[in-house]
Amino acid sequence: MAANNMRHALFCAIVTLIISFPILGLSLEAKGVNITLSGAKTSTYVAIVLAAVAVFVFQIFRDTFMGALGKLPNLNPLAGREPMEQTKRVKLESWLLTGIVVFALFWPFLVSRGSVDLATLVLIYIMLALGLNVVVGLAGLLDLGYVAFYAVGAYTFALLSQYTGISFWMALPIGALLAGLTGMILGFPVLRLRGDYLAIVTLGFGEIIRILLNNWTTLTGGPNGIGGIPEPTLFGMEFGRRVKEEGNTSFHETFGIAYSGEHKVIFLYLIALVLAVITALIIRRFMRMPVGRAWEALREDEIAARSLGLSRTAVKLSAFTIGAFFAGFAGTVFASKQGFISPESFVFLESAIILAIVVLGGMGSQLGVILAAIAVTILPELAREFSEYRMLIFGAAMVLMMVWRPQGLLPVRRIQITLNKQG
Amino acid sequence: MQDLLYFSQQLINGLTIGSAYALIAIGYTMVYGIIGMINFAHGEIYMIGAYTALIAITGLTALGLAWLPLILIVALLCAMLVSSSMGWAVERVAYRPVRGRHRLIPLISAIGMSIFLQNYVHLAQGSRNIGFPALIEGGFNFSADGAFEMSLSYMQITIFITTLICMTALSLFISRSRTGRACRAVSQDIGMASLLGIDTNRIISATFIIGAALAAVAGLLLGMYYGSVDPLFGFIAGLKAFTAAVLGGIGSIPGAMLGGLILGVSESMTSGYLSGEYKDVVSFGLLILILLFKPTGLLGKPEVEKI
Repeated sequence: MAANNMRHALFCAIVTLIISFPILGLSLEAKGVNITLSGAKTSTYVAIVLAAVAVFVFQIFRDTFMGALGKLPNLNPLAGREPMEQTKRVKLESWLLTGIVVFALFWPFLVSRGSVDLATLVLIYIMLALGLNVVVGLAGLLDLGYVAFYAVGAYTFALLSQYTGISFWMALPIGALLAGLTGMILGFPVLRLRGDYLAIVTLGFGEIIRILLNNWTTLTGGPNGIGGIPEPTLFGMEFGRRVKEEGNTSFHETFGIAYSGEHKVIFLYLIALVLAVITALIIRRFMRMPVGRAWEALREDEIAARSLGLSRTAVKLSAFTIGAFFAGFAGTVFASKQGFISPESFVFLESAIILAIVVLGGMGSQLGVILAAIAVTILPELAREFSEYRMLIFGAAMVLMMVWRPQGLLPVRRIQITLNKQG
Repeated sequence: MQDLLYFSQQLINGLTIGSAYALIAIGYTMVYGIIGMINFAHGEIYMIGAYTALIAITGLTALGLAWLPLILIVALLCAMLVSSSMGWAVERVAYRPVRGRHRLIPLISAIGMSIFLQNYVHLAQGSRNIGFPALIEGGFNFSADGAFEMSLSYMQITIFITTLICMTALSLFISRSRTGRACRAVSQDIGMASLLGIDTNRIISATFIIGAALAAVAGLLLGMYYGSVDPLFGFIAGLKAFTAAVLGGIGSIPGAMLGGLILGVSESMTSGYLSGEYKDVVSFGLLILILLFKPTGLLGKPEVEKI
């Protein structure tokens, strides 16, 4: 056994060397037409060797190590305690959510403009993640092309404002409805596919929409995107220094205060906050409604759910459409916030990030998803010196989550009854 | 005559790309056939193969090696070694611990792995695309009245021949060797195979290694054919190869070969007769149509849902 262990450990260490040395240790550089190969810094080589040694040691003492890990006292203070009662838990969760919202309402007046801008982005991600949570977390349909609906919402607003001069408030429902409609049309044929096939087909749809946006230059401006998207107004009051549209007044003149660029940022933030809260509340309602129960039933056991008379297509389609609807919502806000959109913002990676938020938060759990959205968007900003490694860490975190805690950080707990085996 | 030449040119281009797609598709189809998961990181393994081959070629040239076949063969072996180690490691780290859980969990793990590998290469080698030297130049030209020339380059011939060799070797391996027989047994019934004394973990690892090695071959060939590599090089190619695997019937090795060729030809016909920008739309559209109307693909067996 020991010799076998040794051989395996040696093998693992060699594989570590093989997969890290050529890619990390030798870098290609294009100099004009010629390509040259240059070595990396000595520290890189040291790191590679250290990694291999670490793998070797870990593999040799793997059993002892894993055993010790199992014996460690559980650091989670909640572990071992009886899970909280359902009603208590729900109450606590709603208090927490209310607390977050109240805090979020006052917060922008205390901090800098940059953080408010970032917070608006966080709120957009929260909306997206809550929407995708319906599709992936509740209904169990893996949608890898979710960003397509986000794009539909954003482009609807951009195009309508360009051609008809529509305002944000008109575009918001139109964008969301169109995105929902797109979801329904796309969902109708594909929803009878099984889990992973569905994932690939939605990925294909997402790519098709992006390619269309990129190449239909006459309508969408292609890779150049669309600019000049108007900002939202407050009852006809604009937030710019000068009024752009006739009939509108400007915010600072109406209230007789000095013009400040911050007003606009804070206003956008508050709109995003209100919309995110609305999204959360509506989806919360849905979760308690029969249709929400049906989503979860279908996710847990499709055959059982169908034999109880649930229509598979109707239930899945409703989840898909509602998810797409909120993506359109978020897309409209995004377009308005940026003032400029291009296909660059709607790549597959964006879908993967939203998916990662849902997975990280615990599929199906709203509070978890909200906290994860905050973490995923803000952490990279806090650790700017590591920003290059952002996506690397991100991918690794996704894998580690699946391996160690596939239920997410804050999983939904349900009342469960298990039958005891009678001896 | 003109039209015929133009058509044959598109056909040749399509078959070239298609045979490389087929090589990548084998990896998807074998893994799916055995453990029923989509190895989303396979496209990245292919990209890593292409990078390693380029690194090896540059290194060998810098060392003063001049004999082209030797350079190519050594580069190919290096690429296969690195890619298959990567394939093995990925399975060990990201897929084995989640095997047997709910379907979506391995898939999400695979997506994470794909993002990780993309950024690993991105950080180590930069995000810019790097030119791949055209080592095999020249070819045959056929022309009708000198107006349109149809060409069949030596590079394309190399791709055909290499693919043919790999496919033959794979078929022989699967049908004749002991491990190949075990592979077939495991893909038919994993539980039964393990009862009969087959080390299923070893066979699953072997599947990943074979798939990754073939992807590395495709990486070298397509990298040289397209003339450049970048860290995102694997994503679209992986998606196309997956389409090819589904088209031919996922789980079926001859299906993957057929699917690759059909996909390659339909893509080059689209760029030849319609527009190059929409060729991806056509291949994804094809994927969606196949899945909707014949989810088992051309040569696949229908899957029976057991209750």
